[in-house]
Amino acid sequence: MKIHEYQAKEILKRFGVAVPAGRIAVNAEQAYEIAKSLRSDKSGVVVVKAQIHAGGRGKGGGVKVVKTAEDARERAGEIIGMHLKTPQTGPEGQLVRKVLIEEGVAIEKELYCGLILDREKQRVTVMLSSEGGMDIEQVAHDTPEKIIKFSIDPALGLMPYQVRNACFAIGLKPEVHNKAVKFMTALYQAFVATDASIVEVNPMILTKDGNLLALDCKMNFDDNALFRHQDVADLVDVHEEDPKEIEAKKFDLSYIALDGNIGCLVNGAGLAMATMDIIKYAGGEPANFLDVGGGATAEKVTAAFKIILADPKVEAVLVNIFGGIMKCDIIAHGVITAAKEVGLKVPVVARLEGTNVELGRKMLAESGLGLIPASDMADAAQKVVQAAGGERARRAGK
Amino acid sequence: MAIFVDKDTRVIVQGITGSAGSFHATQMLEYGTRLVGGVTPGKGGQRFNDQVPIFDTVGDARKNTGCNASVIYVPAPFAADAICEAVDAGVELVICITEGIPVLDMVKVVRFMEGRKSRLVGPNCPGVITPGQCKIGIMPGHIHKTGRIGVVSRSGTLTYEAVGQLSSIGVGQSTCVGIGGDPVAGTNFIDVLEAFNKDPDTDGVIMIGEIGGNAEENAAAYIKREMKKPMAGFIAGATAPPGKRMGHAGAIISGGKGTAGEKVEALKSAGVKMAPSPAELASTLMKAMGK
Repeated sequence: MKIHEYQAKEILKRFGVAVPAGRIAVNAEQAYEIAKSLRSDKSGVVVVKAQIHAGGRGKGGGVKVVKTAEDARERAGEIIGMHLKTPQTGPEGQLVRKVLIEEGVAIEKELYCGLILDREKQRVTVMLSSEGGMDIEQVAHDTPEKIIKFSIDPALGLMPYQVRNACFAIGLKPEVHNKAVKFMTALYQAFVATDASIVEVNPMILTKDGNLLALDCKMNFDDNALFRHQDVADLVDVHEEDPKEIEAKKFDLSYIALDGNIGCLVNGAGLAMATMDIIKYAGGEPANFLDVGGGATAEKVTAAFKIILADPKVEAVLVNIFGGIMKCDIIAHGVITAAKEVGLKVPVVARLEGTNVELGRKMLAESGLGLIPASDMADAAQKVVQAAGGERARRAGK
Repeated sequence: MAIFVDKDTRVIVQGITGSAGSFHATQMLEYGTRLVGGVTPGKGGQRFNDQVPIFDTVGDARKNTGCNASVIYVPAPFAADAICEAVDAGVELVICITEGIPVLDMVKVVRFMEGRKSRLVGPNCPGVITPGQCKIGIMPGHIHKTGRIGVVSRSGTLTYEAVGQLSSIGVGQSTCVGIGGDPVAGTNFIDVLEAFNKDPDTDGVIMIGEIGGNAEENAAAYIKREMKKPMAGFIAGATAPPGKRMGHAGAIISGGKGTAGEKVEALKSAGVKMAPSPAELASTLMKAMGK
């Protein structure tokens, strides 16, 4: 799960990480008031920052440095309501609804600090770099030696010596080391206490007066741990999520919208990905990833079917089930119920295999819904691509 | 012989009175697995299906049944605790089926297991089956056939797909291991491939990976160095968009790493014959074995 920069800063502040003074504004007038109240800052500037989940906001014109509260009002007025396009948003951009108004800070040096799970070491790993304020993946590619990595023993926590060693390695002067220990210990505490999946401070800055500050930051969270962090779950911004994905979550379905024209309803994440792959291999484009899970009920399958059919791009649907725990007759029942409820407007190819397969196939065949049966994955993929082509021709002919 | 489990494996079920646990315990009994006990705290002394003794703790179960394997169906918030209990009791093989365990819980579990002798398979996996001898997990037993092909996979249903294809052409399996789709897991591809490599009853191996992490690349390095048996492979997720989590918490491509293309190349260069589509898992292995 993702949150906004201003929300991440509020969390980090609670754990003792220094962040610039600032508040959130939803309109130009609020931006003006906040900017006015931040007049005490030392550099004499105020920063207006668009709050969307995608990164690269500065490049898209979503971050502006201004000198007066009047300018803050004007810039905020321009940014709020704009469709901000960044390398991470896609071509249509993301609508900006809020801006963060922050005091400017006198920067001595920009650094990078990130905490993320290292899957190979199976531990939380710290990355520290002297190259702050840039795309860290680019730094990793061009000058990997400038990123210092070390992992944290979960039984010990982050040890001060680890931070000191890393500080020496990136050439940070010793007077700052104890501040770095405090800063990064707080980051790690925030990471563990909220079950984060990433905490990234970029840039982490050394101010002219010798302090460390999180100038920009990003926090993502482990979806599997949200059950024990209601406060984090409450930070979700529904405007930033695909409405179909939100609907899917209500039914505990794993759904991701894609750009193609063939809807997929599959059990198991691996099989769902493989189904997308084989559709592509057969010359089609998947419209979604959808895993109904291991123990789906007819109700869940019905919901899944409705979500897929709600996408106007979908020209055909492929149901691919290898029933283990999931029995094929349950799937068949769900497909039939959903088809009757929402009305089958597009061709549906069904491939069932596994537990109770005969019963499931029989139910679909006798449903009178005109479902297209397939014998295996390859057959199913070919048939659904063909059916989608037929549907497209039919729509074009209308 | 097979790997990890056989007809002599003595299995207990943690969470045997829950809905998933009781359903699959029944399935395992029907398959012929030697299910010697179950664990549900507070229900010690009762019996499951009038036959399998239930214990309060894994320690009690171990002492009374001599179990050497445990399968966990405990809900995600309590699953890490259940794994540690089994490991602490000295159970040799711990298989965790539970999906949705917080990653940081698993980070602690893996740390706890350092220096202890248990092997953990999973979490978020279908389990391990040696057809005709022992089924531990949630896989449909009837699709398997006894034979000499090993299957190892990060995905449950794709494992069934591989098994279904093999069985349909009359080729049986020695052991099938689902290592699970989570980013932090107990057993990796290399652990399983090493075991298959040594197993005199395994002639060839199908390995199914997916996007995210670099477990497949590491496995490729091992295969290049050590693997003596013919292999077929497939990587799910070639069409996945970057940065999106595809159901499995581990299946995410970030920063241009962990793509299907990189993994396919690594395995190919290690001599694994890669299936062009998931419908050709068995036929690709047959080609690799010269059949």
